[in-house]
Amino acid sequence: MTTEIAHPSPPLWLLAELTYRCPLHCAFCYNPVDFAKHSAELDTDTWCDLITQARAMGAAQIGFSGGEPLVRDDLEILVAHARGLGFYTNLITSGVGLDEARIARLKEAGLDHIQLSFQDSTRELNDFISSTRTFELKQRVARLIKAYGYPMVLNCVLHRYNLPHVAKIIDMALDIGVDYLELANTQYYGWAMLNREQLMPTIEQLREAEAVVNAYRDKLGNRCRILFVVPDYFEARPKACMNGWGSVFLGIAPDGTALPCHAARSLPGLELPNVRDASLAHIWYENSAFNAFRGDSWMREPCRTCDERAIDHGGCRCQAYLLTGDAAAADPVCSKSPNHGQIEQVVALARHPTRDAKGQPMIFRSKENSLRLG
Amino acid sequence: MIPSPTINDTALRPRLRSLFRLQWEPTQSAYVLLYPEGMVKLNPSAGEILVRCDGTRELDGIIDELEALFSASNLAVEVYRFIDNARQLGWID
Repeated sequence: MTTEIAHPSPPLWLLAELTYRCPLHCAFCYNPVDFAKHSAELDTDTWCDLITQARAMGAAQIGFSGGEPLVRDDLEILVAHARGLGFYTNLITSGVGLDEARIARLKEAGLDHIQLSFQDSTRELNDFISSTRTFELKQRVARLIKAYGYPMVLNCVLHRYNLPHVAKIIDMALDIGVDYLELANTQYYGWAMLNREQLMPTIEQLREAEAVVNAYRDKLGNRCRILFVVPDYFEARPKACMNGWGSVFLGIAPDGTALPCHAARSLPGLELPNVRDASLAHIWYENSAFNAFRGDSWMREPCRTCDERAIDHGGCRCQAYLLTGDAAAADPVCSKSPNHGQIEQVVALARHPTRDAKGQPMIFRSKENSLRLG
Repeated sequence: MIPSPTINDTALRPRLRSLFRLQWEPTQSAYVLLYPEGMVKLNPSAGEILVRCDGTRELDGIIDELEALFSASNLAVEVYRFIDNARQLGWID
């Protein structure tokens, strides 16, 4: 028997993707590959109105992200507006554009927290994988963030090339004095999917890194919390993606497209609403795309009768589509999925001794590549 | 010479760490604890304890206030247990 959700609960987390413009070119970026085709951006007044609407609905966390949100010169206005309404305001940034004047203005505006990305503990790999020279800049920005008393999360996306550096990355985070360290293994969407073969680690790399993380955790206690997000390809059950479709997360893309999940743009046949055409409340509660995967009546076998369907909601819809061509299929990460063999194959290939010889070169996130491949 | 505050002093006057913001959410009819990219919805007693952990009140005073608020007695054990737990979670000093 399936159950419908009579009335969804309100969104709690508003992700404001202010722009797709970004000074970095990370090969694992989750932004859509065709981002260059969606370059029109919402203006300041529209964003302020959306922030007001979302807060009235009950959202309490707002993330300013992108692209690089600092390329918007109205960021301070938006932060002050959100903070004034009671939002906990998070800036998710590469650090490029965060000089002392700006960090002081953002503090004045009431910014609660800054999440700074690093790509590695070494200049060489940081600069290679982001295709920029930003390592020293990030070091300076990290110290500024601490000097201004912000709670600070350091985020580092992990993959085949930097997993062996995990101890050094943790040491760097401790040296900076961060409050949380997010070691997020690459999730394979957008640009990361294009580069999956290059980025996929071996199971041995992962287990080793996990052991290192656990040893540090025992030593550190509350001084610095370390999150280690295991890549779902190495699990037998899928993640409860977005805590359920249309459950807590509401994303707004730079052009005003409302997203039930970061990667929802990749799903064909799903007509995503635009905030220019309808109120956020209408979008959240009434829109067909937001209702498409709520509850479990949309599920197919093996999810439909699975006794774990309320735990993982069938996994990630975008991953199901990317790997099976059917957005309503079970996420192939699940060992019960008839497509799970694909995942096992990709994981096995990462250990193959000849894989390096066969690999295509890394494709970096750039406007040119977006127009060419999107 | 006035002695500087000791560990005993912070233990007596619990204070929410600056990493966290405690806030009443009308739409949830509850106190929530907000922190980088996360939120915990607090049950009524947890909310009323934490909102008093402002670094100015002594633990005994907090217990007295809560017993008056909930018209109850003998809340001390429950409050001590919560404070202990909140320290382990890194919410308070």
